[in-house]
Amino acid sequence: MDIQLTEEQRQVRELCREFAEAELKPNARRWDEKHEFPRDAVKKLAEMGLLGVAIPPEWGGAGMDNVSYAIAMEEISRGCAGTGVIMSVNNSLYCDPVMKFGTDQQKQEFLTPFAAGERLGCFALTEPMSGSDAAEMRTTAERRGGEYVLNGTKNFITNGPQADVILLFAMTDRSKGHRGITAFLVPTELTGFSRGRPDDKVGIRASGSCSVFFEDCVIPERYRLGGEGEGFKVAMSTLDGGRIGIGAQALGIARAALEEAVAYAKDRKAFGQPIANFQAIQFMLADMATEVDAARLLVWRAASMKDRGVRFSAEAAMAKLFASEMSERVTSKALQIHGGYGYVKEFDVERHWRDSRITEIYEGTSEIQRLVISASVLKD
Amino acid sequence: MDFEPGELQGQVAAVARRFARERIAPAASENDRLGRFPEELMREAGALGLLGVNIPAAYGGSEAGAVAYALAMMEIAAADASVAVTIGVTNMVGEAIAAHGTEAQRQRCLTRLASGEWLAGAFALSEAQAGSDPASIATRAERRGDGWVLSGAKQWITSGDRAGVHVVWARTGAPAERQLTAFLVEAGTPGLLVGRHEVKMGQRASTTVELALEDCEVGDDAVLGRPGDGFRIAMQALDGGRIGIASQATGTMRAAIDASVRYAKERRTFGVPIAQHQAIAFALADLQVEHDAARLLTLRAASRKDLRRPFTREASMAKLFASEAAQRAVSRAVQIHGGYGYTEEFPVAKLFRDARVQTIYEGTSEIQRLVIAREVLRAAG
Repeated sequence: MDIQLTEEQRQVRELCREFAEAELKPNARRWDEKHEFPRDAVKKLAEMGLLGVAIPPEWGGAGMDNVSYAIAMEEISRGCAGTGVIMSVNNSLYCDPVMKFGTDQQKQEFLTPFAAGERLGCFALTEPMSGSDAAEMRTTAERRGGEYVLNGTKNFITNGPQADVILLFAMTDRSKGHRGITAFLVPTELTGFSRGRPDDKVGIRASGSCSVFFEDCVIPERYRLGGEGEGFKVAMSTLDGGRIGIGAQALGIARAALEEAVAYAKDRKAFGQPIANFQAIQFMLADMATEVDAARLLVWRAASMKDRGVRFSAEAAMAKLFASEMSERVTSKALQIHGGYGYVKEFDVERHWRDSRITEIYEGTSEIQRLVISASVLKD
Repeated sequence: MDFEPGELQGQVAAVARRFARERIAPAASENDRLGRFPEELMREAGALGLLGVNIPAAYGGSEAGAVAYALAMMEIAAADASVAVTIGVTNMVGEAIAAHGTEAQRQRCLTRLASGEWLAGAFALSEAQAGSDPASIATRAERRGDGWVLSGAKQWITSGDRAGVHVVWARTGAPAERQLTAFLVEAGTPGLLVGRHEVKMGQRASTTVELALEDCEVGDDAVLGRPGDGFRIAMQALDGGRIGIASQATGTMRAAIDASVRYAKERRTFGVPIAQHQAIAFALADLQVEHDAARLLTLRAASRKDLRRPFTREASMAKLFASEAAQRAVSRAVQIHGGYGYTEEFPVAKLFRDARVQTIYEGTSEIQRLVIAREVLRAAG
């Protein structure tokens, strides 16, 4: 058993922490307010290798492990949760499956520039009437000779407004339910592809999401990722890794809120002394710090299992479930400690509270995580 | 980074698991009902090396470290929390002697504690009016000739009637000095008297007694560490003890989950096993997540201890989280069992009673929160 960070992991943490302090924290409030995509920051993430953290250097990535990825996600999200999810979608939901399921030819075209951060990817599974239950999806890919014709609508697509390529899931055989789903890599410059207006979201407003539409959009067969009918497998295996990223994001948001609450409690006076002297505040801080640490260990455990190549679906679900629900509790307590100031935009804590909320919803709601975990608890 | 037990850690856990399943579990219900101290099990635990898991081999210990100890305690507690606390306190006393004792003290006490020749060790810190706040201890030790005379009363002493040796904390020096000293007082020392046995709602196979110290004379060689070191020795031992209780609570949660899963797969309502209802399945998922979080917090604290790094904050977090989560787990386990959960026919009623003390002893949840808040506020500068 070895629960210490390696030298490389420590360096990643320091590098990301400095970057978040210098480039993200000072701008996060403005990006949130204006719903502005942090273009320059994303470019710097690319230079730092953070858009393909665990992708081998031969495919444009930084070649680090998944624990490093989790550490980077926590630190970046602590600075700006919106920037965190831009990073996690490109890493976990786009590069990871292309690395795992792509042919070498596909990797050259669809992985290297994305892992290097020259281009941005996204992941399109969810539809207006199909989120947690992917077998209900309506988007179709009809085979016509050596091509596929895509039709349908996907929504809530993070990075959708900016993405150069979409990892799309569509039905090639509706009669087979989830076994009829196939994955495709679809460049967004193709005819027949269009985007809706960016969603007006409660939080993570530095990241854009939108609906995307496919109307008789024709792609060659070589853009299919994996075999026909393997899409569900691709999606589920991808989401296992994505949950580590979102767990780490939730953790970073919570840590930002905790740190600000500690600073505020030491500064703010009531009844003649700093409120940090009162047990009511101290005990909240103690509970918050404990839950943050518990979440981090769950995230690191799942990441370290992914690094070892053992199955980690249940562990990733646990990390994501606990970290996201923890994040909502911790940011809410941090807001409470700030009193009225917590409710106004003069402080960052209200943003953390809003940002945390999505982590319980995307990449599998808390309810889906509980399905995954209970299936694992009840098996055999 | 690797959360898997190493070879020796895995071996110790496997020995503990087998002992827990084959020997402790079958006797747990009856020992609880009768309030019977598991004398034979303590001897066997000694023979298996479980009474000195983190004690140097030179003194008969297993020298397997704090992580191995935590893993073993989880296994034992999953079978019976009473046995776990008795073994846990014995290990804690051994570790305090290993850390602060003289060579003679180690030779005499550790070999007997680790082997099970002495059935247990006792940690006599709490008093009727001094629990969370050891600075208010009233027991005194006065210098007499080359030795000391102890007088006072201790309360809530686990295994106080069975222990071969007690670590007794007493005030020394001038009254204004608030100086504490730890003494090793062996069973049978004149003036060390075992008083009333507490009648407890849970962990009934462990004994909890009052101790009276009436003109109890010990030599200078009974002082553990140096006079005045007592507070530091107690706090250091409790940091380690908290890993033990956190492990115990984690083991209790494991038992609650196992019993609930078993029941939920068998019991049917509305035509299906209740495990198929989301209300039950999701409750089980939450229990598993909290169990794993408790386990990881506990193993992190233990692993820092093994690395000789500070672990006060981590041990308090583990103890706080695991013991509080155990309350939720046993309550939910009873709920999943419905009316049967409220009877002693099923194991969860005992778990429900046993778990309750975990948020109280070796530092209440409130004390853990004080410790954590202090560390968090200090780290923020």
